[in-house]
Amino acid sequence: MTFGRRLLVLLVAASLLLGAGVRTVLRAGDPARGGDRAGDGPPARAGAVTLGPHGNEPLLVFRSLTWGSRRDHLAAVPLADPTATRTVAVPACLRFHAAAGTGICLQAVHGVLQDTYRAVVLDADLNERRHYDLAGIPTRARVSPSGHLVAWTVFVGGDSYAGTDFSTRTSILDSRTWTPQDDLESYAVTLDGHPHRAADTNVWGVTFADDEHFYATLATGGHTWLVAGDAVARTLTTVHGNVECPSLSPDGSRVAYKKRVRGLPDDAPWRLYVLDLATMTETATAEQRTVDDQALWLDDRTLAYALPGDDGSDLWTVLADGTGTPALLAAAALAPVVVR
Amino acid sequence: MYLADSRNPAASAAAPAPGPGRSARIAPTVLALGTVSLITDVSSEMVTAVLPLYLVAALGVSPLGFGVLDGAFNGASASLRLLGGLLGDRGGGRHKAVAAAGYGLSALCRPALLLVRTAPLIGLVLAADRLGKGLRTAPRDAMISLATPPERRGRAFGVHRAMDTVGALSGPLLAFLVLRTAPGGYRAVFTVSSYVAALGVLVLVLLVPGRGPAPQARGPRLRLGALLRLPALRRTTACAALLGLATVSDSFLYLLLQGRLHLPAGWFPLLPLGTAAVYLLLAVPLGALADRIGRRRAFVLGHAALLTGYGLLLARPGGGLPLAAAVLLLHGLFYAATDGTLAAVAAGAVPEERRGAGLALVGTGQAAGRFLCSLAVGALWTRWGDTTALAVMAAVLTVAVTVAVRLLGRVTGDPERAAADRPAPH
Repeated sequence: MTFGRRLLVLLVAASLLLGAGVRTVLRAGDPARGGDRAGDGPPARAGAVTLGPHGNEPLLVFRSLTWGSRRDHLAAVPLADPTATRTVAVPACLRFHAAAGTGICLQAVHGVLQDTYRAVVLDADLNERRHYDLAGIPTRARVSPSGHLVAWTVFVGGDSYAGTDFSTRTSILDSRTWTPQDDLESYAVTLDGHPHRAADTNVWGVTFADDEHFYATLATGGHTWLVAGDAVARTLTTVHGNVECPSLSPDGSRVAYKKRVRGLPDDAPWRLYVLDLATMTETATAEQRTVDDQALWLDDRTLAYALPGDDGSDLWTVLADGTGTPALLAAAALAPVVVR
Repeated sequence: MYLADSRNPAASAAAPAPGPGRSARIAPTVLALGTVSLITDVSSEMVTAVLPLYLVAALGVSPLGFGVLDGAFNGASASLRLLGGLLGDRGGGRHKAVAAAGYGLSALCRPALLLVRTAPLIGLVLAADRLGKGLRTAPRDAMISLATPPERRGRAFGVHRAMDTVGALSGPLLAFLVLRTAPGGYRAVFTVSSYVAALGVLVLVLLVPGRGPAPQARGPRLRLGALLRLPALRRTTACAALLGLATVSDSFLYLLLQGRLHLPAGWFPLLPLGTAAVYLLLAVPLGALADRIGRRRAFVLGHAALLTGYGLLLARPGGGLPLAAAVLLLHGLFYAATDGTLAAVAAGAVPEERRGAGLALVGTGQAAGRFLCSLAVGALWTRWGDTTALAVMAAVLTVAVTVAVRLLGRVTGDPERAAADRPAPH
């Protein structure tokens, strides 16, 4: 083959590939395809949502995954009637949580060159109070019961010095003084009664007891623990093994969590469990599917959690005492919170 | 069949006529290989940029734990690199064939990502991609060195590395352009990445001249043992390993930068871009400079920059943005002055018919050094904190550079001389 002919072959191939690439992107981005699905989604209308108080008509506020221009925006429905028309508010969030009139919204900022992420602290009307740039992709967010402390976890790529591993970074922010503690990995760790230091320590999934004490997941050396944390003394103490993404019950007596159960397939390794903190007894919930979420206590008896669904994820509920059967709470929804 | 046979049967030995100064042309082979690397890096960085997002947002897979087998894969990749070098050295255009196999394997990994949805399988695909990279590196660098006269190899490798970096920087841009057009379209990103990778392989197959000189009388079958008997190569490999031992990994450096200079969290993802931008700008001029002033001096310059960077991080005169920018500048300068230069030195230390394996050996030595350094830094950091780890590494780097300069003196003492380039008499 002459050089000219080779160049010709290359140009033809390049044009075909370019055409195929453009077609792929346009098809994937076709609003009509999203539009089809938008018709199937729960009814929605734009409106104002406030973080309470709502007296005896509590709201369920969450990230709505309904297809269309309002995907990812915060939406509210009455907790008593979660299939009612959604009131969709302005902020779009990847992760969300709220308590006592303080909201935390972890959102993507679509830049020209790349997406970046920020944590936005919201007031009761969902207006921004302050925002903080994030080092990676948001995964968990929580507010303390008083609304004073805010915590979030992000995934950071290539953070590990020995390879291309991902790691987590968890921060706690005091919204009274606006002082962020940027890295819970630097807290003093007591593992099974002994001081522990390791570069592979990861902390994620904070759940607050009050404005000083919290629980979280600690991972090191390939194992995970439930740790009791102290945001003032800056300590983490292991409490129980094989616990991820803890969620403290409103009465503070139990923790719902993801347990890695032996014998389950690698792509579905977790079950939703509840740990009694007084007796350290574990109870499996009736949910038989793998749960990869930080559960939410709707009240002292009921857990809500996300499972993969047609639009990305749906919210389900199950009783915390191991009885009953799982029930769908809201389709096309993620990161819920109850606002009373 | 290939471009080179019809026109220039001894492309490698005679490459572009050595003209004076810097105006001499870059060999078409180098430009073609640079284009292949550029396109391939666009493809792979597209995936790298969105992969964590895809795992977390689309698959709901935790990205934690993907690095567990990193050590094993790195070891396998290093062995494959040696194999790629040895196979390529068997003559008759094998460098190109082996490189094509490596690029091809990585290209196949892109559509494979569309098919796998579980963490272990994704890990496997990423590993295969890495193996492809291991396989292709040595034959590619061998082809670059064979197409360029010794006194211009610094610049030639600089050109290749700069083109490579252009690809690495534009990949994420293309990926986010796709995601902007098709929100949530991760699979579209992987599909487009597959097409780009296929184009890279096509450019390699169609535009890179294939056949070098016929193997010298089917020379002796090459084994690693025979390679290690080349004193210049032994010294170069020792230098690469020694200096690798004192080079802290990029990610550790960025962690230190952010932690010690108290940079806002949002800056963390931008730090690697700083290094890459400096590298891109300086790779060619510093490669050419190395050709002029001698590669040993360029090496000293580069490592002095790195040492200064360590020093700034230790002493912290001032802080925040200006200091971070200075460290990133020095870090990029370090890579620009040493990365292509090492390949050029290594190429000068092995005869043509052992070029691939020789380059692979030096590269493996460097990778081994850097891996040990990572382990050491990890241990030091855990036990005594980051200041001690950094101080120890600065001391190790000083010693390593001193020793390396003495060792390299014998290899590169005279930049014009490249005794090893002449075919060894049989």
